[in-house]
Amino acid sequence: MSALLDVEDLVVRFATPGGEHTAVRGVSFSVRAGERVGIVGESGSGKSVTAQAVLRLLGPAATVAGGAVRFDGRDVLAFDRGELRRWRGAQAAMVFQDPLSSLNPLVRIGRQVTETLREHLGLDRRAATAKAAELLASVGIPDAAARLREYPMTFSGGMRQRVAIAIAISCAPRLLIADEPTTALDVTVQAQVLDLMDGMTADLGTAVVLISHDLGVVSTFCDRVLVMYAGRVVESGTADQIVEDPRHPYTRALLASIPSLEGELPRRLPSIPGTPPQPGRAHTGCAFADRCPLAADVCRAEDPEPLELGDGRLAACHFADRSAG
Amino acid sequence: MTPWVLRRLGQMVLVLLGVVTLAFFMSYAVPGDPARLIAGPNADAATVASIRHQLGLDASLWSQYTGFLGRLARGDLGTSYALHGAPVSEQLALALPTSALIAVGGVLWQVIIGVPAGIIAAYRPGRAADRIATLGALVGLSAPPFWVGLLLIYYLAYRLSIFPLTGLGDPMWWYLALPTFTLGLAGAAWYARMTRTQMIEVLRTPYIQLARAKGLRERTILLRHALRNVLTPLITMIGMDFGYFLGGVLIIESVFGLPGVGKLTYDAIDQLDIPMITGAVLCAAFFVVVMNFLVDLAYAAIDPRVRNRR
Repeated sequence: MSALLDVEDLVVRFATPGGEHTAVRGVSFSVRAGERVGIVGESGSGKSVTAQAVLRLLGPAATVAGGAVRFDGRDVLAFDRGELRRWRGAQAAMVFQDPLSSLNPLVRIGRQVTETLREHLGLDRRAATAKAAELLASVGIPDAAARLREYPMTFSGGMRQRVAIAIAISCAPRLLIADEPTTALDVTVQAQVLDLMDGMTADLGTAVVLISHDLGVVSTFCDRVLVMYAGRVVESGTADQIVEDPRHPYTRALLASIPSLEGELPRRLPSIPGTPPQPGRAHTGCAFADRCPLAADVCRAEDPEPLELGDGRLAACHFADRSAG
Repeated sequence: MTPWVLRRLGQMVLVLLGVVTLAFFMSYAVPGDPARLIAGPNADAATVASIRHQLGLDASLWSQYTGFLGRLARGDLGTSYALHGAPVSEQLALALPTSALIAVGGVLWQVIIGVPAGIIAAYRPGRAADRIATLGALVGLSAPPFWVGLLLIYYLAYRLSIFPLTGLGDPMWWYLALPTFTLGLAGAAWYARMTRTQMIEVLRTPYIQLARAKGLRERTILLRHALRNVLTPLITMIGMDFGYFLGGVLIIESVFGLPGVGKLTYDAIDQLDIPMITGAVLCAAFFVVVMNFLVDLAYAAIDPRVRNRR
């Protein structure tokens, strides 16, 4: 079966006052219709930039310097303005990290929901308003019809993220990219919002790319997981494979840093020693080598190519064929 | 909301009282004797004294001040020394329509030129349109209005005879085209810069990114989502400028020979016409204060968060 979204060798560069730096260095992945793919990594790993590049939402400082993005076989990077407009919001939608700033404070909630419906589905005002009330009700906002007339400030963070999800799924998109959708929310609300996204996208058969720094969240929600580090995918596989048999030392370190709910809490939470490489600084060899417990001479000399491990899994590590332990 | 309005109205009255008091005492602090000015250089001391008595200038400063406030409370701004006892309010009423027209025209030009220039410049910062707009704004800011006004008069009115040279006539807007444009051009540069700065900031916000991700038209994104968030500082500027212009714009009025409040104030100061000076100052302060209040009301109309806070 062919992929709904196909990202191939994507390279994104940023022009900064200090020179150019490459935020995404050859990322490839694909998402089948209805599939859920998670992208995990620390901040600065390039996961958000990858998502923005796919929807062509990068700011003026960033350029896609190489690679391809195909949606349903069509070349997204070649879309003209009109094609892009008809595609975004209708077939590919996005939910952003901070619900407090991703809704326009000066535009009524109703307008923010209906404008997508009117633009893409050609509904008139009345029909769009009715549909918007229905959508808000379906994401669990009580008294939805009345709240359409309110401004975002009267909504809590969790409620705003529900509105953002309602907007995203309003035109039944085939792909939803959610960039840290629960990071800014209270822990109790996080689970509700994830459940909501789960239900809504399952009903519509929408494929999801979930971006998070939280491997726990990603592995429960997603079918497949990509682990990104310093602008590259260092490991990918099914959620089970990644959690149960991680092959990249970075993935293992990420897993180890999730505190267990059983037993006594360690005095200090485990963290990965060192810091990710500075963006823009050139380095030879594996980007993780400085922090890696397995690092050998070969790691500092040669950047490892992604290694096929069978069952469709990949890991970019010189020692990927060795299991942990 | 209502207690807030009352509180603001109270503040406004206090501010006006303060301004008018300052203006009153400052005109007395200025060296020179109004009675002597009116009597002329050849008048004898007795004539000057009698004029001084007529004007009430021989009373104590305090009783002059309380008398002035008492009349003011009844809406009486006094009579002009220089213009042979013409009521100050009448003179102001004659000059105000001209100033109001200049103010409206000047603000309109500022907005019409400045805001679109700022939006275009902000849309793609650093590109050609931005550079042209930024350069234009720099020129606009650096060019003194009297010089721009003279240039316009020389080329468009004198050489090409497209516009009337100076003064007022019929149709009014034809006579006001050059003066308001001159006034607006200098201000437009500020508007362009402010709009550009604010717009660039707004265009970076997540809600604009979301608007793009929703597949909205660029026009909708700019005008519905972005401009609305730039409106608050813009309305502040419009309101303040309007209030300021209503107090008279001397340079424009002088260059184009227009009988506005600016010219009236200038003449009053020149002749030490104290009732006229205080009247003009009070008028200018009144408009600034009122516009300030209207701007605050406009904030509440635009931004629900402001509404909520009150």
